Amino acid sequence: MTEIAAPPAAGVVVAHAERSGELTSWRLVLRRPTFLAGAAILVFWVVCALFSGAIAPHDPLAQELLATNQAPSAAHWFGTDQLGRDVLSRVIAGSRTILIIAPLATLLGTVAGTAIGLLMGYLGGVVDIVVSRLVEAVLALPLLIVAFIFVVALGPSPAVIIVVVGFVFTPLIARTVRSAVLVESQLDYLSSARLLGEKAPRIMFVEIMPNVLPTILVEFTVRLGYAIFTVATLSFLGFGVQPPTPDWGADIAANYGVLPAGYWWMTLFPALAIASLVIAINLVTDSIEQVLAS
Amino acid sequence: MATYLLKRLGLALITLWLLSMIVFFALQVLPGDPGRSILGPLAAPSAVAALDHQLGVDKPLVSQYVTWITGLLHGNMGTSYQFRTPVEPFIQAALVNSIKLGALAFVIVVPLGILGGVLAALHVGRATDRIISVAGLSAATVPEFVSGIVVIVVFAVTLKWLPVSAAAGQGASPASQFEHLILPAIPLILVLFGYIARMARAGMIEALDSDYARTATLKGLKRSVVIRRHLLRNALLPTITVIATQTGYLIGGLVVVETLFNYQGIGNLIFKAAQGKDFPMLEAGVLTIGVVYMVATLIADVLYTVLNPRLRLGNSG
Repeated sequence: MTEIAAPPAAGVVVAHAERSGELTSWRLVLRRPTFLAGAAILVFWVVCALFSGAIAPHDPLAQELLATNQAPSAAHWFGTDQLGRDVLSRVIAGSRTILIIAPLATLLGTVAGTAIGLLMGYLGGVVDIVVSRLVEAVLALPLLIVAFIFVVALGPSPAVIIVVVGFVFTPLIARTVRSAVLVESQLDYLSSARLLGEKAPRIMFVEIMPNVLPTILVEFTVRLGYAIFTVATLSFLGFGVQPPTPDWGADIAANYGVLPAGYWWMTLFPALAIASLVIAINLVTDSIEQVLAS
Repeated sequence: MATYLLKRLGLALITLWLLSMIVFFALQVLPGDPGRSILGPLAAPSAVAALDHQLGVDKPLVSQYVTWITGLLHGNMGTSYQFRTPVEPFIQAALVNSIKLGALAFVIVVPLGILGGVLAALHVGRATDRIISVAGLSAATVPEFVSGIVVIVVFAVTLKWLPVSAAAGQGASPASQFEHLILPAIPLILVLFGYIARMARAGMIEALDSDYARTATLKGLKRSVVIRRHLLRNALLPTITVIATQTGYLIGGLVVVETLFNYQGIGNLIFKAAQGKDFPMLEAGVLTIGVVYMVATLIADVLYTVLNPRLRLGNSG
């Protein structure tokens, strides 16, 4: 039972591992230093998002108009912004919006993409041809631009961003799941299932899906990195979370204009927060991919 | 080969048509009443109806789309809501600026990415490989405005080596323009490096593993000669395709980088148009990007065909 005593971040991973009986490979993942480093940073930000009220030293919305543009000091470790708000508190609280929007968008894209990929791969024929062409056409467009015009058209709100980013990722995930399903459909257990008279939905979701789950998991973590990239970028462009809600991208957008004046702390710290989050997710993804590939 | 390229051209045209539909649907249908959004919530309904009629948006959607797309095909990209003048001159000037910035980033990142990928492949599984791969991939997922902020803080604010803004001003010398473009190019380079290095590494590993590489080594050629004469030209084929696809990422990145560095390129133009709800400008900008993207993909297809003897000789089956 020692292998179950894993770090808390790995809870999800262990749960999958028990089901698919690939405990050894997941233990290999947990032993990689890159995975542990990435997971530690990720857990740190999740804790910040969950308990920002208790952790943040100040109210992230409280303006101190007599103490604007203060450089980092003992009272304000990360300084204050143009409205005298504590930058450290805003960085801590700013983890919340991105850690809600990006995973939900990725989840939406993964669920939709998996369903479409299963249909394309298993049913084949006309469905596969038509959807493949559509997927190819969507993939041929600069995705950020597509997401951008839809958010502009629909107006910025967290729900719109989740749906648009999820929608943009769906074809990418569908394509990956489709090729994984094609490999599976050559195998004997599927002919047996068909001979036993199982219905197509049951074969797709009960027989095939558990076997392509590792692929879906990797796809989810990879896309999560891109989702954070995209959501943060939309925020920076002003089409994401709206002020005064603390948000890393929006805070950078609000303050980068005063960079030339030397007020670097109000943009640099949120920027480093975004960088640490995407790099953490990358380290986790890379470790999982390395282990699955070996 | 000709049929293959014609097929690619056909696909590119279909994709472009699809993009026009998406743009039309997203920007002409979704936002609702254009007359209302231009005149504001307080305008009289009769004024809104009159403007809608003048803009032609009270006609059925299909006929609106046909009018719009026929205009585009005749080189008429529309009239800016903000400036009340044709959008073409704006698009043209912005495109030239963006090409300057994008070209600078590409000229630096392509050799650098290939070098990084080849180095990683030659040390596969060892520290050099892991560092290049993980660092490259991490850099690729850090948004451009984040790395942009870091380079501004380091090189412009702290060290004061380079200007913060990318705009060199009217009639600036090429040297001055170049100096202003160095900082904005860095975030683009960081994003592209990881992908190019990754493809070059994968291609190189495959080539290193091949029979012809073993033959070349066994017949006594020096390692450097094997790499240069036998491996590189085979290993780099897939990389070319990736470089072309990266144009799409580069353009997405331009919206952010040009906004951050206040550079008058196509990305900044789209951003300002979106802010000002100047839909004709936005549509023209996005379609221009689509055309640039398709052209880049087609060039990659042609290069790939020319460099790959199997396709060049028409034996594509």
